[in-house]
Amino acid sequence: MRQLVRIASWLYAVLIYGFIFLPVVVLVLFSLQATSFPIPPFTGPSLRWYDAVLSDTRLTSALVNSLLVASISSLAAVTLGFLSAWGFARFVLPGSGLLRGLITLPLTVSYLIIGMGLLVLFNWAGVPKSLLAAGIGHVVINLPLCFAIIYSQMGDHQINIERAARDLGAPEWKVLLLITVPVMTPAIFAGFFLSMTFSWDEFVISFLLTRFDTTLPVEIWNLLRSGLNPKTNAVGSLVFAVSIVLVVFFELTLLRRKPA
Amino acid sequence: MSAPLVDISSVSHRFGQHTVLKDVSLRIEPGSYTILLGPSGSGKTTLLSILGGFVTPSEGKVFIRGEDCTSVPPAKRPTTTVFQDYALFPHMSVGGNVGFGLRMQGVDGATRAAKAREALALVGLAAAFDKKPHQLSGGQRQRVALARALVIEPAVLLLDEPLGALDLKLRRQMQDELKAIQKRVGTAFIHVTHDQEEAMALADHCVVMNDGRIEDEGPPERVYARPATRFSATFMGESTILAGTVTEAKDRTSIVATPVGPVSLPVALPVGSTVELAIRPEHLVLGETSGDVRLGTAEVSDVVFQGSFKRVLAVSAQVPSLHFIARLPATATVQPGDTVAISCHTDQIILLTD
Repeated sequence: MRQLVRIASWLYAVLIYGFIFLPVVVLVLFSLQATSFPIPPFTGPSLRWYDAVLSDTRLTSALVNSLLVASISSLAAVTLGFLSAWGFARFVLPGSGLLRGLITLPLTVSYLIIGMGLLVLFNWAGVPKSLLAAGIGHVVINLPLCFAIIYSQMGDHQINIERAARDLGAPEWKVLLLITVPVMTPAIFAGFFLSMTFSWDEFVISFLLTRFDTTLPVEIWNLLRSGLNPKTNAVGSLVFAVSIVLVVFFELTLLRRKPA
Repeated sequence: MSAPLVDISSVSHRFGQHTVLKDVSLRIEPGSYTILLGPSGSGKTTLLSILGGFVTPSEGKVFIRGEDCTSVPPAKRPTTTVFQDYALFPHMSVGGNVGFGLRMQGVDGATRAAKAREALALVGLAAAFDKKPHQLSGGQRQRVALARALVIEPAVLLLDEPLGALDLKLRRQMQDELKAIQKRVGTAFIHVTHDQEEAMALADHCVVMNDGRIEDEGPPERVYARPATRFSATFMGESTILAGTVTEAKDRTSIVATPVGPVSLPVALPVGSTVELAIRPEHLVLGETSGDVRLGTAEVSDVVFQGSFKRVLAVSAQVPSLHFIARLPATATVQPGDTVAISCHTDQIILLTD
């Protein structure tokens, strides 16, 4: 009987993980296909489609664009998120609870709505469709996330540390730069890498807000319109690999606890 | 007489509706070790925060070295604070922590390191320079916090219950060291605590606070022997309190009627006024060898052996609401249930007139 339970639980685990990862495995497997269609039978392994991706200037420039948008927008989101978290944690503000709610609200709104809103706003304000516009969109979706992560880690026990620095003669900007930021490093990095991951994968907002220069997910979508081919698998695998790297960084920074 | 180092003048402070300090005035002399002693909620920590610049008082002024510092921020006033939780910078080495104040003053790295090492040597932690705070024990972190605050040579060092988080043995040991360090550097220390033993051991000047006011201040010997108020008689050490009314007064003697009989005191008091008499536990005499003031008999309710002495609680046979607290030698044979005569000596009765 116990044996049976063991087998059943193993089977359950395999099914769950299979359900989650089988599509990715198939994607990666057929990116190594040697022939022109990503359908069985498997004919590889071959790196010819990776070669094709990397020699496609549209795809490589989209990849560079994506990295630029992701890193710059995440930097902006984490900076603004940190400053707002610090403000909320350290100062008594009128309507603090309501304002905190408002700042995290975009987390619950669909990207499509945010993208459409920004599109209308940018049209009205005369901001052309561009990578900058998409980057601003990514700041809108990632700032609440960075705020939430950093705010949750900003406890009262750091107040005395900041006070001690002030007491020893540090002006406010040095307190922030030399004390608060280093102490908050794990949360700040976690916010940054998670923002990078989300920005890197984001499609709807980029699709709505870019035109000629665009990000990788939008370029992949363009590619898909001409039908499936192992090149899309290869570029998808690359996207997946980058995401994995970012998530691993996130896990290492936030989840690793320092010895007390 | 030199000007006081710190002059707190009629300071009051409110947090919202709640008044935590009520018209407090206090002077602190250079080179003194001042203890602010009081229960939690007495306003002692708020007073320390006002001195450190973390709180600006609602009313009143604070002068340090003759300058009005009432609303000068912590960074710009000649005080440093040792926080209760030490508040060391976790990402910096011990040397970096101690040198931080000098770094803020723009002192170059080499001088900074030399001075930080010197300050660490002063607190007996010369070897810890390169360690991180989390590698140190509680007592060691305490010393680092002390070195970090002393290295920039403040006019006044503020200590917020610095020994509160340490175990008893370490606390007594650090107490002796604090006193020794204070004598060596000569900086004025202001130390907040609720531990009266700590206060008596350390203070040159002891300030007893309660409910936002200063109840009593002076050398600890004086505060203990002649407390000014009922509160300081019961908070700074224990006392048995007798309430009474003055019934007779001749030129230098007054008779006070208490529930356990008349007590004659060698002072002139207005007839009809109500007074309280406090007697320290070590001054109560139990049994036959009675003192000159008889306080009736009492039934012993509890005997607690404390090592070097026995703490005896007894309930008066005449007035059941009156509890005597006495301290007897460890060899005393008294037991719960015994009925004993209680007396004391006139000159050891403390008169409280508040």
